[in-house]
Amino acid sequence: MASPQKTKKKTGAVAAPAPAPAPAPVPGRKLFEYAPAPESRAAAGEIASSNGHFIGGEFVGSSGKEALKTVDPSTEEVLAEFAQGTEEDVERAVKAARDAFGPWSALPGAERGKYLFRIARIIQERSRELAVLESIDNGKPIRETRDVDLPLVAAHFFYYAGWADKLEFASYGPDPKPVGVAAQVIPWNFPLLMLAWKIAPALATGNTVVLKPAETTPLTALRFAEICRQAGLPKGVVNIVTGDGRTGAALTAHPGVDKVAFTGSTEVGRAIARTLAGTRTRLSLELGGKAANIVFDDAPVDQAVEGIVDGIFFNQGHVCCAGSRLLVQESVHDEVMESLKRRMATLRVGDPLDKNTDVGAINSAAQLARIRELADAGEAEGAERWSPACELPSSGYWFAPTVFTNVSATHRVAREEIFGPVLSVLTFRTPEEAVAKANNTPYGLSAGIWTEKGSRILWMASKLRAGVVWSNTFNKFDPTSPFGGYKESGYGREGGRHGLEAYLDV
Amino acid sequence: MSETTTPRLDVHKTYKLFVGGKFPRSESGRVYEVTDRKTGDWLANVPQGTRKDTRDAVAAARKAVGGWSGATAYNRGQILYRAAEMLQGRREQFAAEVALSEGVSTKKAAALVEAAVDRWVWYAGWTDKVAQIAGSANPVAGPYFNLSTPEPTGVVGVVAPTRGNGFSLLGLVSAIAPVIATGNTAVVALAPDAPLPGLSLGEVLATSDLPGGVVNLVSGRTEDIAPTLASHQDVNALDLTGVNSPEGPGSARALETLAADTLKRVRRPDVTDDWTAAQGTDRLLAFLETKTVWHPMGI
Amino acid sequence: MPTFPQPPAAAEVAAAADGARESLAEVASSEATLRRFLHGLPGIDAVGLQSRAASLGTRSIKTTAKAYAIDLAISMIDLTTLEGADTPGKVRSLCAKAMRPDPSDPSTPRTAAVCVYPDMVPVARAAVAGSGVQVASVATAFPSGRAGLPVKLADTAEAVAAGADEIDMVIDRGAFLSGRYLEVFETIRAVKEACRRADGTSAHLKVIFETGELQTYDNIRRASWLAMVAGADFIKTSTGKVAVNATPANTLVLMEAVRDFRAATGVQVGVKPAGGIRTTKDAMKYLVTVNEVLGDDWLSPDWFRFGASSLLNDLLMQRQKLTTGRYSGPDYVTVD
Repeated sequence: MASPQKTKKKTGAVAAPAPAPAPAPVPGRKLFEYAPAPESRAAAGEIASSNGHFIGGEFVGSSGKEALKTVDPSTEEVLAEFAQGTEEDVERAVKAARDAFGPWSALPGAERGKYLFRIARIIQERSRELAVLESIDNGKPIRETRDVDLPLVAAHFFYYAGWADKLEFASYGPDPKPVGVAAQVIPWNFPLLMLAWKIAPALATGNTVVLKPAETTPLTALRFAEICRQAGLPKGVVNIVTGDGRTGAALTAHPGVDKVAFTGSTEVGRAIARTLAGTRTRLSLELGGKAANIVFDDAPVDQAVEGIVDGIFFNQGHVCCAGSRLLVQESVHDEVMESLKRRMATLRVGDPLDKNTDVGAINSAAQLARIRELADAGEAEGAERWSPACELPSSGYWFAPTVFTNVSATHRVAREEIFGPVLSVLTFRTPEEAVAKANNTPYGLSAGIWTEKGSRILWMASKLRAGVVWSNTFNKFDPTSPFGGYKESGYGREGGRHGLEAYLDV
Repeated sequence: MSETTTPRLDVHKTYKLFVGGKFPRSESGRVYEVTDRKTGDWLANVPQGTRKDTRDAVAAARKAVGGWSGATAYNRGQILYRAAEMLQGRREQFAAEVALSEGVSTKKAAALVEAAVDRWVWYAGWTDKVAQIAGSANPVAGPYFNLSTPEPTGVVGVVAPTRGNGFSLLGLVSAIAPVIATGNTAVVALAPDAPLPGLSLGEVLATSDLPGGVVNLVSGRTEDIAPTLASHQDVNALDLTGVNSPEGPGSARALETLAADTLKRVRRPDVTDDWTAAQGTDRLLAFLETKTVWHPMGI
Repeated sequence: MPTFPQPPAAAEVAAAADGARESLAEVASSEATLRRFLHGLPGIDAVGLQSRAASLGTRSIKTTAKAYAIDLAISMIDLTTLEGADTPGKVRSLCAKAMRPDPSDPSTPRTAAVCVYPDMVPVARAAVAGSGVQVASVATAFPSGRAGLPVKLADTAEAVAAGADEIDMVIDRGAFLSGRYLEVFETIRAVKEACRRADGTSAHLKVIFETGELQTYDNIRRASWLAMVAGADFIKTSTGKVAVNATPANTLVLMEAVRDFRAATGVQVGVKPAGGIRTTKDAMKYLVTVNEVLGDDWLSPDWFRFGASSLLNDLLMQRQKLTTGRYSGPDYVTVD
């Protein structure tokens, strides 16, 4: 009869020698340890040791001397130097975009679309290279860049490519016009995907762009510039200027831009909105979040636990729509927490290039410091902290998946965006209370609902003040699906037909 | 001796604010004079709404959001149409006020009032259609049902039109109707020099089954009212249609700077010179949030 | 004789565990209580389940991990022949393969069992005697389950009497789908009773749901609990005889069920996906799922089996590749 206690011995009855690596008695060692399955670093292609900007179709040096370094966050090794964009660099890039705007916007939509189709195809062809490069520069697991980021990047270009010659059917008027030169500033959490979200709709609608990638993840944007060249994209339609926040500020404040699109922190979003006050420059913002992931007592528990894990540990929690506040119905709190902790214990934290890694490196030392500070504050404020036992590499920036229970609404971990693998758990008793707590934040980007009751889902979905509501799922993205926030999570939508609006003069 | 006939003395209206469905005076007790646009003759004393009045109006508007945004679109349409009916019945009074406010002939003013009635009707018909043009079914690459629907932003601060043919009533209606048609509630800073049609509009709305607080009308100095709306954390969006000061606290720059603190949605100043022109959907769509809901499809 | 499936030393533990299971069996005191219990189990979102199963399938199992997993998989196989054309010769050949899967490499583990029709049990019993390979027999009017209870019990008893170590019974899917849960429950109990031998020991009982016919994951979860409460030692996805057999997702439902059942009762139940698992790559996916959902406690033939026939040769070819560094071909493994 089956014994409730496991006997570690392998079928005592097996006559043949037991399989090789099975010495079970080593404490803490599992029977089935996955051997390292590293993706080849070389697949990333050659990374130039120093990089300039991409302006007017050429790779050019900066007018300034300052160079920044980007590191592999999993090892702290310097990957490359890149230029700190100056005001003069920005000026050149905006001018190049302005010069290109006339001819580009005058092209028949079908022709513009074909350039985007070409770009989409080249991204597919080079997706392994881009995935590896992204993982190295960002620290995110290759499993995510390979299975999520890159497929979505290509899909986004395909989707908007098809819009380029159909804009009159987008319900923005009979002959919608582009806005002009778009300044686009993107974050480090999904470097290439955010680039795609910005560039694809802008180009499809006939705008030209100057894009600034984040200062910790410039490499895939520069590689994308090469792809623009391979696609034969007219010079100046896409310009990439690298640098930190100073470059971003110069770009977004430049009087020659007609449109600013920013994804990043709410603080910077506010600053840009102030800069553009009183001007006619259009602005769309995709900012922070503190999403509630709401689990009812009748939820499909196993899938809910997966959704919680995906919600907060996907991409190390560096996700603006992360389900960072778990609101669980009090009656199932213990059960859900037990399942969640068991599941968290199976997360594999480590080398981003290992194909079996679930949680990679924190993107930068600064971000790690912020996560630590907030997690420490959570502890200091009396919340209960838990992480599974996991060995973190000795070099690089790492933070173990962490969950806080006994969190109250006033705790910082329940209110502030941590942007890391840290989950705060709160409870509720009734649907009304769940809605009230979920909405009790200045943010409003996303929310999750887990229940098997259809009418409750629809009721909850209508009450939640969030731009994306995932019911019985979480962190799903698609180029056809509009994404963007309510309240201080920003304004404007990216993706879908709605995503065209930000780049059309309507 | 023949009887002497004394000419009958008109009963003047005391103009009041319209807040939370009621007609309060300004909490400050202060009024200011409104004059005939053409002659400069005194017309009325109207309340000089203050920052405090504005905050009260925001509170009333917030309180009304749940009920109004939760009402069926059909119901909202019925109420907006009712407003058109009420306005129609009082068109002479409004024609007189518009004529005085804009300095146009009574005949022209009557036409502008009729246009305002028609505009209510136009927007009344939009309430249950806007979601069909602003929403979408999204064919995502996976087994998910995915729908985007528009939702009202919440409380919208409106700086009423201050210029353009028909601004005082037709323009005002053109600004308010799309805001509330989509389920938002409004706090309106009336045109300081031409508030009479707006204050009277409150009386129309009060008799149109419109729940109290859905529209709140505040007369007074734009530089008091607009910055209060722009900086108020419980205001979700701003319609700066009537803003025309290039500098100072009532300027677009100042207001947008304040609005940036809570990342309000802002509709920038409008340069419309003729409110009789047909309206597009941009005002309807300006104060909507797009909510996208995903659900798996499986057995 | 091998100790599997019932180490004698574990008898008391087993009795205690049976007690725990027995207390849960109260849910089957009436059709109504059983239905309430089964329908009170948490629902399953199909898309989420499938995506979890698929994501576990993307694990990359290399080098030492692969070597371990291949040998583990071989040792977990119930090497199966369930054909109308089965003969003693065919069964003997299968048994030889089970005992010594790769004649060229004696370090290759033997399979866990051979799985045959009841009338072939005596042949198989004699062929594997002393090898440690178990004899499993399908029973209860396999594969349809369409027979009266006396026939099912006789079928079972005959196989046990002929020396079957393990009985793979099928449930009556018709009864299950029409909501006659208690009937299914009572049948499993009766079959379990029929597994008892004269000496007081019992053949191990595996309960087959034919998940492809149950259609929904909710049904599969309910069937899992029903069978476990009724006394199943193993729960098994499929007969291999219908269009949809074992899939990573429906096996994941079984795994979640045994995991939760142990948490609730202390009783550990085994899992056997069967049908359609043909390649090493498939087997790796299942083992990864066992590893990450159930952990070490289920990573042995005592608790996890593959019902398969062609899988073994693919595992052997992959094993040869790992040992020799060269890719093998079908001519270098035996045809049975």
